[in-house]
Amino acid sequence: MKNDKLILGGKAFDSRFILGSGKYSLDLIKAAVENAGAEIITLAVRRTNTRESENIIDYIPDNVTLLPNTSGARDAKEAVRIARMSRELGCGNFVKIEIMKDSKYLLPDNAETVKATEILANEGFVVLPYMFPDLYAARDLQNAGAAAVMPLASPIGSNRGLSSKDFIQILVDEIDLPIIVDAGIGAPSQAAAAMEMGCAAVMCNTAIATAGNIPLMASAFKKAIEAGREAYLSGLGRVLERGAAASDPLTGFLRD
Amino acid sequence: MKENIYFVDSDKLSNKALEKKHRLEQDPSSRRNHMEYMPGMERISSDVMDKVISQVNSYDYSQYTELDVKRALASDRCSIDDFKAYLSPAAKPLLEEMAQKAKLETSKHFGNTVYIFTPLYIANYCENYCVYCGFNCYNDISRKKLTAKEIENEMKVIAESGIEEILILTGESKTMSSVEYIGEACKLARKYFRNVGLEVYPMNSKEYKYLHECGADYITVFQETYDSEKYETLHLFGHKRVWPYRFEAQERALIGGMRGVGFSALLGLADFRKDALATALHVYYLQRKYPHAEFSLSCPRLRPIINNDKINPLDVHEAELCQIICAYRLFLPYVGITVSSRESKSFRDGIVKIAATKVSAGVSTGIGDHEEKYNGKDINDTGDEQFEIADNRSFNQMYQDISDEGLQPVLNDYVYV
Amino acid sequence: MVKINGLLVDANGKILKDYLIENGHDIRKIAVECNEDIVPKSQYETFIIHSGDVLEIVSLVGGG
Repeated sequence: MKNDKLILGGKAFDSRFILGSGKYSLDLIKAAVENAGAEIITLAVRRTNTRESENIIDYIPDNVTLLPNTSGARDAKEAVRIARMSRELGCGNFVKIEIMKDSKYLLPDNAETVKATEILANEGFVVLPYMFPDLYAARDLQNAGAAAVMPLASPIGSNRGLSSKDFIQILVDEIDLPIIVDAGIGAPSQAAAAMEMGCAAVMCNTAIATAGNIPLMASAFKKAIEAGREAYLSGLGRVLERGAAASDPLTGFLRD
Repeated sequence: MKENIYFVDSDKLSNKALEKKHRLEQDPSSRRNHMEYMPGMERISSDVMDKVISQVNSYDYSQYTELDVKRALASDRCSIDDFKAYLSPAAKPLLEEMAQKAKLETSKHFGNTVYIFTPLYIANYCENYCVYCGFNCYNDISRKKLTAKEIENEMKVIAESGIEEILILTGESKTMSSVEYIGEACKLARKYFRNVGLEVYPMNSKEYKYLHECGADYITVFQETYDSEKYETLHLFGHKRVWPYRFEAQERALIGGMRGVGFSALLGLADFRKDALATALHVYYLQRKYPHAEFSLSCPRLRPIINNDKINPLDVHEAELCQIICAYRLFLPYVGITVSSRESKSFRDGIVKIAATKVSAGVSTGIGDHEEKYNGKDINDTGDEQFEIADNRSFNQMYQDISDEGLQPVLNDYVYV
Repeated sequence: MVKINGLLVDANGKILKDYLIENGHDIRKIAVECNEDIVPKSQYETFIIHSGDVLEIVSLVGGG
């Protein structure tokens, strides 16, 4: 397991848990990061509010890689602008592209995401696009230079788990990039299931932010993701669902 | 490992020719570098070859156990590692279980259909010395290249028998069977058949594009063996000697606009487990790169040829062949699998119930003898055969036999747009 | 007038750095965009705000 690293943009990570930092107070972030063992934290870029003296950066340990998202972007152009601003903020060159034209369901716009990915990858960003699990879009993202693909498990913030399991499995099987499940994972058991399928990592925010005990839930997710990963690497011993084999042998014709 | 004895000297060869032949056979330094492209051979930028070869090099099939195979059988998907387990010796006791699962996969993707086609050899001239092949340039056989009129006549005879899909073949001689000559044959074939495939020498993407415009839309190239060092000892002379150019033929065909491509190793030439792994991975990686394309696999075993009736597929017995085909089906459930008339009637009847989806019928690997074989007309001026076939059923017989097995023979399901 | 973070502000002719400090921004933790182009930090001291400019001043917040 020591050598089992998650590689993103040439950088190696031991943790496969990407933690979101939204919807909970700054003083809990440090504890959540520590309990999650997370090495990547997502952030958002917003207009400054000078009335707030505290900045989230001060609560995140130095060794953690910052992954700013482009939330708020409604098309590729806006996402590109937000990404450039995030780099200027000193966040490094990682960016999670998030483009939503729909404010009711907050579903990602795959076509615009592909466009933004291509532009930003060409500018040297390590691009992690959040997307609806569609094989063609995932291939386009791969060709556009994405460092990973982040399909949603369920509508964002819904905590409903792997509603799109079959389609995420297709991406795991067909795409040469790490598949990171993002959005909709509501419980550690669901995160474990995603990892057992062969997903490279799980990104989670609301499930932790809305838990009764945030640091404890972060720790529960950490263990679930590790367990799921180990199960995947071990090769699951599955039970055959089909009934008994047919009575007529199929190979009776073989000679010599 | 057992080896075939391939070298046969014809008494019709001149002393000079014999001398060259022997030098090629005995002195590796007299042979050109088989990894080096010849002038005019297109180079494409592709990582498929490296991916395939690195997997094959690291494949140690003795490491797999029956438990690995059972775990693969219990899974509803098939990873590369599962496929490696299926190809390993550990899978042999579980062949029946593999066949049962393969049958389910086949029926999921193909129902109970079996496609029927026929090959048409239009020329047997060859500029290569491939030691196991009846067409090789040192083999004393009757050579022939059909004229356009003769091609059309053969096609008429075949089409009248009911066949709708044809595979046009030549020996590998660009001088005798030029791209234009093959193109004319394609144009003629489109008059008589719904689907035209080609199995000819590898060429550049522009030439494939031209042949596509002439009516061909499927290219089959057999790599023979993916073990390039072994390949070097079997393909001693000619364009075919260039191993990497051959490897990339299917990708160039897809770049040229062909709808589909066929692949194969000739089983019995080298380590068949590694060759089967490489063949399937060749498809697997190209499919990921060209997801719109169609892919098919063949699984020929070595056969006796004219002037050397001793050639045989060594350790690839029917059980091993069945294991390979089942493994192909489990790993690549969506690809067509062709089983040629090199195999016996009993094997072909059995394997179409498990995994094969395409068979040839009314086959001749000779040149210009369809009218003789189909209608009993006496023709003297024919060219000799590439190899001996084992199943000489006519199209009608094959159609009947497939129907009698409860399967559905399909002549063509292809729409030209 | 100048539009900064969506509000009309009278900052014509001001040096960007001066405006930022006057308004309590921590320069290390912000990024500035003028008319949809990034203003690099190294240019804050020489960058003059013109009438009609649209500026965005952003920083990081929690997000998923």
